Amino acid sequence: MRENLHRFFRAARGVGVHVSPAESIDAMRAVSQVGFSDRTILRDALLLTLAKSQDEKLALGDCFDLFFSQPEPRRDQPEGVDQDASQDTDQASSSGAAGDAGGGSPQQELGPLAQMLLSQDRNAIAAAIASAAGAASLSDIRYSTQRGIFSSRILDAMGLQRLRDELDGLTASNPALAERLRAALDALREAVRDTVSQGLALYAREEAENLRNEILRNAPLARIERRQVAEMRALIRQIARRLRERYSKPRKRQRRGHLDVRRTLRRNAAWGGVPFLTAWKRKHRDRPKIVALCDVSGSVAQVSDFFLLLIHSLHEVVDDVRSFAFSSHLIEVSQILETKSPEEAMAEIMSKVGFGSSDYGSSLVDFEKDFMSTLTPQTTVIVLGDARSNNLDPRADILRRISERSKRLVWLNPEGRLAWGFGDSEMPRYATFCSVVRQCATAQQLERAVSDIVATYQ
Amino acid sequence: MAEQKALTSIEAVESGLAAQGYIASRQIATAVYLSQQIEKPILVEGPAGVGKTELAKAIAAWRGMKMIRLQCYEGLDEAKALYEWKYAKQLLYTQILKDKLGEVLGGAQTLHAALDQLHDFGDVFFSKEFVEPRPLLQALEQPGGCVLLIDEIDKSDAEFESLLLEILSDFQVTIPELGTVSAITPPTVILTSNSERDLGDALKRRCLHLHIGFPEQRLEERIVESRVPGISQTLRRQMVGFIHEIRSLDLKKLPSVSETIDWARVLVLLQATELDTDTVKDTLNVLLKYEADIEAAAPQVTTFIAKAARSNVFG
Repeated sequence: MRENLHRFFRAARGVGVHVSPAESIDAMRAVSQVGFSDRTILRDALLLTLAKSQDEKLALGDCFDLFFSQPEPRRDQPEGVDQDASQDTDQASSSGAAGDAGGGSPQQELGPLAQMLLSQDRNAIAAAIASAAGAASLSDIRYSTQRGIFSSRILDAMGLQRLRDELDGLTASNPALAERLRAALDALREAVRDTVSQGLALYAREEAENLRNEILRNAPLARIERRQVAEMRALIRQIARRLRERYSKPRKRQRRGHLDVRRTLRRNAAWGGVPFLTAWKRKHRDRPKIVALCDVSGSVAQVSDFFLLLIHSLHEVVDDVRSFAFSSHLIEVSQILETKSPEEAMAEIMSKVGFGSSDYGSSLVDFEKDFMSTLTPQTTVIVLGDARSNNLDPRADILRRISERSKRLVWLNPEGRLAWGFGDSEMPRYATFCSVVRQCATAQQLERAVSDIVATYQ
Repeated sequence: MAEQKALTSIEAVESGLAAQGYIASRQIATAVYLSQQIEKPILVEGPAGVGKTELAKAIAAWRGMKMIRLQCYEGLDEAKALYEWKYAKQLLYTQILKDKLGEVLGGAQTLHAALDQLHDFGDVFFSKEFVEPRPLLQALEQPGGCVLLIDEIDKSDAEFESLLLEILSDFQVTIPELGTVSAITPPTVILTSNSERDLGDALKRRCLHLHIGFPEQRLEERIVESRVPGISQTLRRQMVGFIHEIRSLDLKKLPSVSETIDWARVLVLLQATELDTDTVKDTLNVLLKYEADIEAAAPQVTTFIAKAARSNVFG
């Protein structure tokens, strides 16, 4: 049973519950206290010791049900078939008893697997599958493509080879028995396949998820498929949560050892200036103030969408975000993003300014006219766009003024460095006024870019 | 055999808590039982008013132990939670020492001899006498053990969590001047949290994690029965059914068990025998704490009463 618990811990890690060695020891101790006899209590005990949040409790509860109900489906599912089969066996055995001389002797020579299949002992078969699964180390299964190999490994461990040989022999000598054995073998294959699928569901989830996330993180945001958008949103939310955790606590950092003379004297005025209480200099730190200008013309709209989602899910970290969207002209979209769900908000923004060919010059003019006053020396300005201005006047002079008024000006460009400056790209001209220019085409690059921006305020 | 004993013990917890008027679900009882057996604190999470703090009180009352409560808030620190030096006493001590210095040093001729004699005198300046124990230290010093309730840990700062780690895992604290103080009897530690912020993994790892949600209808009826004995069975069923309907709404703050009990008391005071629309509308402010919530629930009252009455017939 301890072996089982260990496998359960692995399965638990698979569903995303972090089980450290210390926690598994606690769980063992708890289980040894409550015992295995009452399943609900066992479940409660494991949930208490292993899960650390409500989400984890739900996930772990499902995992527990899947894990410890493992033998059940095999018992229930083939019930109908089994009934017939057992009747068959009854008939067969009675007929066997009648013609004992004919049927009895070959049955004796068969291998253990064939014996087991013919006897229709479900518990024995289930136990054999379980032990063969252990021998084939089913808990190492990682990808769905491995299903075939694990099935055949389990069957081999159960002695399939011998059964096949015997089947070949029997087809000639005792066709009826061979037929029955073949049907039982098919049922066995099915049972093994179910076991492997279950193993896959239990043990491989973590790996599969990691792999998918890894692929997703490095996929170009602009060319993402429609069905992946929801997954990408989930990933962006995850990134936002990570950034929040990292940066949300405004860390108190004192400049140790620097006496704040002014405050010390003031504080000790009551004692005639004798410094009983000292005051030390502190570094004052502001939370990030961000002004984001996002190109939403066809080529970069998708990236802007994810970027805005990320920036606006950083409430705890970023005090003040104002977002603007533009293609041929520029509008403020903060309000829309705050009040609506991401999908609706993006649709509304697109209907207002999207679907035009981008004109960086006139968009910058719009910004200077109406919103220049939003910039303070604490503001980081982020421009997200490919800087392809369709050969219109880029108005880099406005960008220079923006750069002068703000703390930093960061340009995120979804295109690769190689493409900058070719065709109608004005990137080199804009780049001279930017503090940082970086490529930002994948979720990973997006995370790094935003993380760096926030980190400059820490 | 052992399992049988374990089972009865969980039941013993259940009945023991019930005797104190705390109707615990099986999960709660299991958690309390396990925390005794493997000596781990329980971290209780859940919405406000489901009886997280009550649980600690009930355990203390049931086992006849003292309850020590530490209410957390922003800015809570070592000096208020763990121990503090009695500065005034220490000052007095130095005064006395100054007066007695002549006697102590007596016939010492050289500075070196004086210092030696001073060393022999014994250093009580930083000693147990001058420590003012705060809740955490008090809890460790109880000879018969106690229930230590660390309430609303999520309200404290992250630094304070780290301070708790030593106490939670080893039931000891280290005072730099004195050394390590271990618990005489390990206290039963209950931490509560309203999930206002995520607690650190280190803290969570050291605790059994218990989530108390809104109770099922049957359980809630039993809770009302034990807390408000004067209420009739039909009214009890109806009101609990009604509250369960209310909880299905999308409200700012859902009514929890404490509100249910308050409402039951109000209904008994008003001498209601069964729910009717007017009484409910008049007393809705007992259940719901936001104007917007009351407005959202008010139009549904009649439907909910009907539903609650119907389920009463079948249930």
